[in-house]
Amino acid sequence: MHTRLSEEDLAFQSEVRAFLNEAWTKELAATCNNRATMKEGLVEWQRRLYKQGWMAPHWPVEHGGTDWSVTQSFIYNLERASAGAPEAIPFGVTMVASVIIAYGNDEQKARFLPRILKSEDWWCQGYSEPGAGSDLASLKTRAELEGDEYVINGSKIWTTYAQYADWIFCLVRTDSSGRKQEGITFLLIDMNTPGVTVRPIDTIDGFHHLNEVHFDNVRVPVANRIGEEGKGWTYAKSLLVHERLSIAEVADSKRALAQLREEARQEVNGGTSLLQDPLFAKRLTDIEIDLMALEFTELRALASIAEGKEPGPESSLLKLQGTEIQQAIQELRMDVAAYYSGTLQGELSAEALGHDYADSAQKSYFRGRASSIYGGSNEVQKNITAKYVLGL
Amino acid sequence: MNFNLSEEQNQIRDSIARFVQENYAFDQRNAVVAQEHGFSEEHWQQFAQLGWLSIPFAEEHDGFGGGPVDTMVLMQEFGRGLVAEPYLATVLLFGGLLQAGADETLKSAYIPRIIAGELQGAFAYLERQSRYVITDIATSARNNGGEWVLNGEKTVVLNGGAAEKLIVAARTSGKQADESGITLFLVDASSAGLERTTYRMTDGQEAANISLDNVTAEAIIGSEGEGYAVMTPVVDAARLAVCANALGAMESLNAQTLDYCKTREQFGVPIGSFQALQHRMVDTFAACENVKSLLYRAVCAAQDSEADAQRSLLALKVMVGRAGKLIGGEAIQLHGGMGMTEELSVGFYVKRLMIINTLFGDADYHQQLFADLVNAPAAKSAAAKSEAA
Repeated sequence: MHTRLSEEDLAFQSEVRAFLNEAWTKELAATCNNRATMKEGLVEWQRRLYKQGWMAPHWPVEHGGTDWSVTQSFIYNLERASAGAPEAIPFGVTMVASVIIAYGNDEQKARFLPRILKSEDWWCQGYSEPGAGSDLASLKTRAELEGDEYVINGSKIWTTYAQYADWIFCLVRTDSSGRKQEGITFLLIDMNTPGVTVRPIDTIDGFHHLNEVHFDNVRVPVANRIGEEGKGWTYAKSLLVHERLSIAEVADSKRALAQLREEARQEVNGGTSLLQDPLFAKRLTDIEIDLMALEFTELRALASIAEGKEPGPESSLLKLQGTEIQQAIQELRMDVAAYYSGTLQGELSAEALGHDYADSAQKSYFRGRASSIYGGSNEVQKNITAKYVLGL
Repeated sequence: MNFNLSEEQNQIRDSIARFVQENYAFDQRNAVVAQEHGFSEEHWQQFAQLGWLSIPFAEEHDGFGGGPVDTMVLMQEFGRGLVAEPYLATVLLFGGLLQAGADETLKSAYIPRIIAGELQGAFAYLERQSRYVITDIATSARNNGGEWVLNGEKTVVLNGGAAEKLIVAARTSGKQADESGITLFLVDASSAGLERTTYRMTDGQEAANISLDNVTAEAIIGSEGEGYAVMTPVVDAARLAVCANALGAMESLNAQTLDYCKTREQFGVPIGSFQALQHRMVDTFAACENVKSLLYRAVCAAQDSEADAQRSLLALKVMVGRAGKLIGGEAIQLHGGMGMTEELSVGFYVKRLMIINTLFGDADYHQQLFADLVNAPAAKSAAAKSEAA
């Protein structure tokens, strides 16, 4: 039992640091952090990753992945987060690509994977519906086969960045006679197809990222179906395993916590730094201790995977605890920002208000409420752990 | 990076698990705790024969030369069965201090005797006023023509009743809570002027208050005034060990509670089918996994002397205190009325976890130390370094 890094791992760490130093510039960070230019910033970042060969580390090498060990992936992610660089937008490279690689045919792989790798297509995810949230399998969007096309009717909701997307991967119902998990089909749909409309949903963080996507007699070639008709639920579930490991965002929370500590150090109450306030210090260290534990829970899961074993039962906790920690950091940051967490954006610039992190504190607090809802709400995660891990 | 045990460590684990299986059923444990000093001399001799008493000692003194992972494995398995024998007091504290600070003559005189199961020891460091601050020592020692004479009172000396020899922390200079000026002394428990009052803790172990009235010490351990430097790593290793012990107890208690939820029926169904209870069991499972993760973190850091070692150890002790109360409290609640009885071992596990919370400082005390460490401006670069590790 040990956590020492090998010489090879240390050399890799230097390589990652050198790359980030060069590729993740201040200018690019500014472009990504400005909501008006976010999309072009992220695409540019992903193209730099592609040039380096690191856009899709987890893909098989023949499709453009790396052959990083689990430790190397961990190092990369830690360094990336410490530098403040974002992960690649997951809908294409992580989510749909995993399904295409595992279940798509050769033609689909050749058609979609290179474009994902080069960030030529922006993908979004069509799972949730107005009537199907945590109970995803009760989805109702219909796909009727007519010749060599499916005709789609229905609505998807909470579709992140649909307004930017070229493609959407959807779960649709092709049969409603059996169990609700049966009769679901996995389809890839071009967002420019006639009959697709996107309606923005205003959210409490004041930022347009969520949408409704409506399908009105949208015709989709059968060639865009992944695998067999009616097997979509199985394909989607396999994807959730991939999702679970990355969703904890341990490395990003470590950076957020370090930043929060420095912000608190600067805040002064009656001449004393907020960091010296024992009640504040208690809340801050509660979070830090939980995060230190979660980091090793993740390492334990990664170590199992590295040995070719299934991750242990502890991995079921990653999403639950990871999002609880993210939200706790966001909440505490609001308290650090005091009055300035409640000033309305646009009235005065953040700089003019004198607490330049307050605006981002407020936005990430409200946006962050979503993390315990998406990807299966945290209550559903507890149900899953109770059933599959504890056998209740 | 890996979290696997070596073959030798697996063997230790399996042999202790077997011992617990054969000797620590509910009634058997009750019988052990009811014995004179709260443990079985027969078991202790078995520990000696199996080599368990030799694990943390250096090979040159007949020891096994084990490290933090070995101690963790052993203490975790002991925790599962609530093993009552005074491994912490005699081997880890008393033996650990000899190993860390005593001169060669003392080491070769006493360490082989500990390993052979012939010598019980204890570490007398707490006092009535000291609470969790181990430097708060009023007991004094003065040099009287080459002999050290001790006066004062020590409290909650674990295994203080059975101990043949004690290591006493006394003040030879400095103010009451200074780190410098503490000296460690080897004292024979039958010395003139030494009186002990023994009592039981709620987990069944025996402790003693020891009054010292012009007691002549047998020997000094380490240098005069430098006792703190000897104590600190030994107490840190003992912290790690009791946390491993707690994890074993938590795992066992959670398993019992889970089993009860699956078998106890109310309203015609197992109570584990109710979502309100399921979510509580997930919370206790998560608490246990958090302890395990921090234990692995702290053990790996201690073994490789990483910058992260102190921070991880403090975090672990906080988590063990909090998780112990959560898991213990839920175990009683989910067992319903049965959880209140002494017909099940649930209460014994809960009491053990409560005692462990207080050992060497409780969760709040450790969280304050943790906050001081990570929030100090000077700690910024050190913390940043360990972040990157």
